[in-house]
Amino acid sequence: MKAAYQLLVIGAGPAGMAAAQTAARQGVEVAVIDEQPHPGGQIYRNVNASPLADIELLGKDYVFGRQLVQGFEHAHIDYFANSGVWYLDRSGDLGIVQDGVHRRTSAQRIVVACGAQERPMPFPGWDKAGVMTAGAAQILMKSAAMVPSEAPVLAGNGPLLLLLAWQYLRAGVRLRAIVDTAKSANRWPALRYFPQAIAASDYLFKGLKLVSAIRRARVPWFRQAEDLRALGEKRLSALHFTCRGKPQHIDTPLLLLHQGVIPALQIAAAAGCETRWNSLQQCWQPQVDDWGQSSVDSIFVAGDAAAIGGARAAWLGGQLAGLQLAHQLGLIDAVKRDKLAQPIRKARARHLAIRPFLDTWYRVAESSLVPRDETLACRCEEVSVGELRTLAAMGCTGPNQAKAFTRCGMGPCQGRFCGSTVEQIFASETAASPQQIGRFNTRPPLKPVTLGQIAGIAHNEQR
Amino acid sequence: MSVKPNHSYDTLIVGGGLVGAAVACGIAATGARVAVLDGSDRDFRASRGNFGLVWVQGKGANFPAYARLSGVAARQWSDFSAELHDATGIDVGLQQTGGYDFCLTEDEWQQREWEMRQVALHTGGEFEYQMLDAAELRQRIPEVSDEVLGASYSAADGHVNPLYLLRALHQRMHDLGVDYAPGQAVQSSRRHHDEYVVSARQQDYRAAKLVFCAGLSNQRLCRDLDMHIPVQPLRGQLLITDRVPAFLPAATLQVRQTREGTLQIGDSHEDVGLDESTTLDVITRLAQRAVKIFPHLAPVRVNRAWGALRVMTPDGVPIYHQSAEHPGAYAISCHSGVTLAALHAREVANWIYAGADDPLIAPFSAERFNV
Amino acid sequence: MFKLLDDTGDLVVIQLDGADAKVPAGVSVAAALLYLDRIPTRHSVVNGAPRAPFCMMGVCFECLIEVDGVVDQRACQLQVRAGMRLRLQLSSRDSVP
Repeated sequence: MKAAYQLLVIGAGPAGMAAAQTAARQGVEVAVIDEQPHPGGQIYRNVNASPLADIELLGKDYVFGRQLVQGFEHAHIDYFANSGVWYLDRSGDLGIVQDGVHRRTSAQRIVVACGAQERPMPFPGWDKAGVMTAGAAQILMKSAAMVPSEAPVLAGNGPLLLLLAWQYLRAGVRLRAIVDTAKSANRWPALRYFPQAIAASDYLFKGLKLVSAIRRARVPWFRQAEDLRALGEKRLSALHFTCRGKPQHIDTPLLLLHQGVIPALQIAAAAGCETRWNSLQQCWQPQVDDWGQSSVDSIFVAGDAAAIGGARAAWLGGQLAGLQLAHQLGLIDAVKRDKLAQPIRKARARHLAIRPFLDTWYRVAESSLVPRDETLACRCEEVSVGELRTLAAMGCTGPNQAKAFTRCGMGPCQGRFCGSTVEQIFASETAASPQQIGRFNTRPPLKPVTLGQIAGIAHNEQR
Repeated sequence: MSVKPNHSYDTLIVGGGLVGAAVACGIAATGARVAVLDGSDRDFRASRGNFGLVWVQGKGANFPAYARLSGVAARQWSDFSAELHDATGIDVGLQQTGGYDFCLTEDEWQQREWEMRQVALHTGGEFEYQMLDAAELRQRIPEVSDEVLGASYSAADGHVNPLYLLRALHQRMHDLGVDYAPGQAVQSSRRHHDEYVVSARQQDYRAAKLVFCAGLSNQRLCRDLDMHIPVQPLRGQLLITDRVPAFLPAATLQVRQTREGTLQIGDSHEDVGLDESTTLDVITRLAQRAVKIFPHLAPVRVNRAWGALRVMTPDGVPIYHQSAEHPGAYAISCHSGVTLAALHAREVANWIYAGADDPLIAPFSAERFNV
Repeated sequence: MFKLLDDTGDLVVIQLDGADAKVPAGVSVAAALLYLDRIPTRHSVVNGAPRAPFCMMGVCFECLIEVDGVVDQRACQLQVRAGMRLRLQLSSRDSVP
């Protein structure tokens, strides 16, 4: 790894690969830093290094990623796998842990393309052993060719939950139940965006296909589910919930949760990029212009890390960032940049046309965002929703003061799984919007790093 | 919690950090009607960046009254901690088993020895210390490396969890009926007959007495009432690690181990203006120094790193100022909100409430800068 | 809890809490633990609550495990290796008295 680069791309999902290749094609000196052992990000994880006998099992959208990864690999771009960015600031200084060794580097320009994470779905018992996310289940399929040994319960709301159900059925996995927390009250408001969504009708048809396959398999599908509660002593044994007012109880050792995805903001936020609350998508986003440049001139954000738009939109958004970067680094003029950008923007707009409809149809209910008092808000430090609610009611200034007072957000995950819950509690208690409430300050290290690694001392330490 | 817009308060305090909250508790305990106006969640808050030391060694080497003041404050801490625990149920984690400041060079050693002697002199021997050589130090803390020449030690020192202290003070304010209003940044203030009127974000507040404890904003705010309170930011960066098995028997200026087992590693002194961001250079230096002193910490993971802005007066000594032209208007600025907390809740609160002079506090007027 | 879709692949022998265990080659340590159905994998250092892998992508830190003598490794970010010595973190460590 060199001491300085013209452009460093963080993340090798569709947006990162596209940004790197586009910039490289125009002559930019670029390197890609990837936490994973292979390119593809989470969405195309292991697509070109799959343990599955037949990746078609996971569907056409996943298979599509193979050509993207192969294209990236053939482009011979400097690619550092197993490398985590633990530090980035607005001066372009980076700290990276590469195969257990800390390396320091810098770049004139940076593309943050680290994708999304699942939106936390807290409810009483969500912390029990045996409760996992739908994303975790997909990672097990993609990277280990592993599926549940007993029929699992899937719970939550969102297209990814249905995709997982469909993939499991194709793999021959029986599903115990789908506990669907989507609110029918969202359907009418969603229809407002339907005409726009027609431009991305392929997404709509895909969705219908998933739903009808799940129906044909006669998977018990509990709709309008509320009041989820996971039960069990040492590990999960059952899920309790109400369905249209009636209490339900399902014995299960494995529960897979999903409630949408949100941008993984840590790197951009720690580097000082301004963020804003997107009330349609119910999440924070970095503020970026239509090329992806953030409020920090040297930092671009592309793909789901900038705004949730899906893999295809990410691939196209990464290309736009690459073009603007090539222009800013003096390798193409504005005319050429705009000419190349035009068809990309058009294609991207088409893929994004489905979003307002999906975001509204699958809008998360407030009761799912602000759970009961006994729920664990902060899994790392064992802080309950009730304790935070009491503080908010007492006039605590906001999430950062609450963090100081309770340690909520100070654990290893640094607020990734509790930040949104804390904001929602304050928003609900003070009748303010998350934009007014604000979010946790994000601090480095953004990935695990030891004192010895930072100090440059070799010691017995894995990745 | 709601502030009464048409009521006049006995005392209005601007700033809800460690200083403002402690003073508010002290005054409210007398039964006076107190309101506290606080800033927003993401404002500069030295209170949330404090290292947590209860520290007397070295303080006031060049200012005898400060050496004495620090001693008085530190001696009250144990009692104050018990009082807060009884009242709020919150344990602020006081450990007052002494404090070490490591010396890594011969120059550091010489300088430190001089400072310790000065403070002992100024306090008439009340401040006691030891200069420990490497062998003596390693008897007390076996994990210290060969690179450390020794340390100064004072039995009066200790540490607390500064965040829990702030929480306890806020809880106490709440229980004492203090009207606490967050998100009410003050724009201006003025005197109106024998009352003070403060214009905050949403509305005006009135009070017979007005106390500015607004950290770095004090200089700007106090001008409205002809008080010259010079404060400048001085950045300090800190590291916190994941939990580690207990090994430190006491606080040290370079590394302290919290009740939960995490390590706090500090810190820097950077003159960079209103900039709280971290730098890779300083983070690296802090990590290097930590493993230089304690090599066994090399495999320990850093949980977070951040910068905070200290509130520094020109001589580094607190300002406790009473306006001459406007009786009832006060300003307090310091960077040791933890060490002095008990004093703020007791002697300082009383000085404001009673409106009388206190010889302990008199030397700290901001007049000392008008020469 | 989880099984291989196709069990014709290679297995490797690792050590889990002192005992030998056969797990699929090339998978993450977290996947191996799920394959062995050895959950909970950890007790919280705060209050001893039983936990297990949750997100499988390195951001939740629930899957912390001791690997070859080094504690607090994210099991989902490490691949199994023949002879790897794993210890579940089921007892909380000391903190300051």
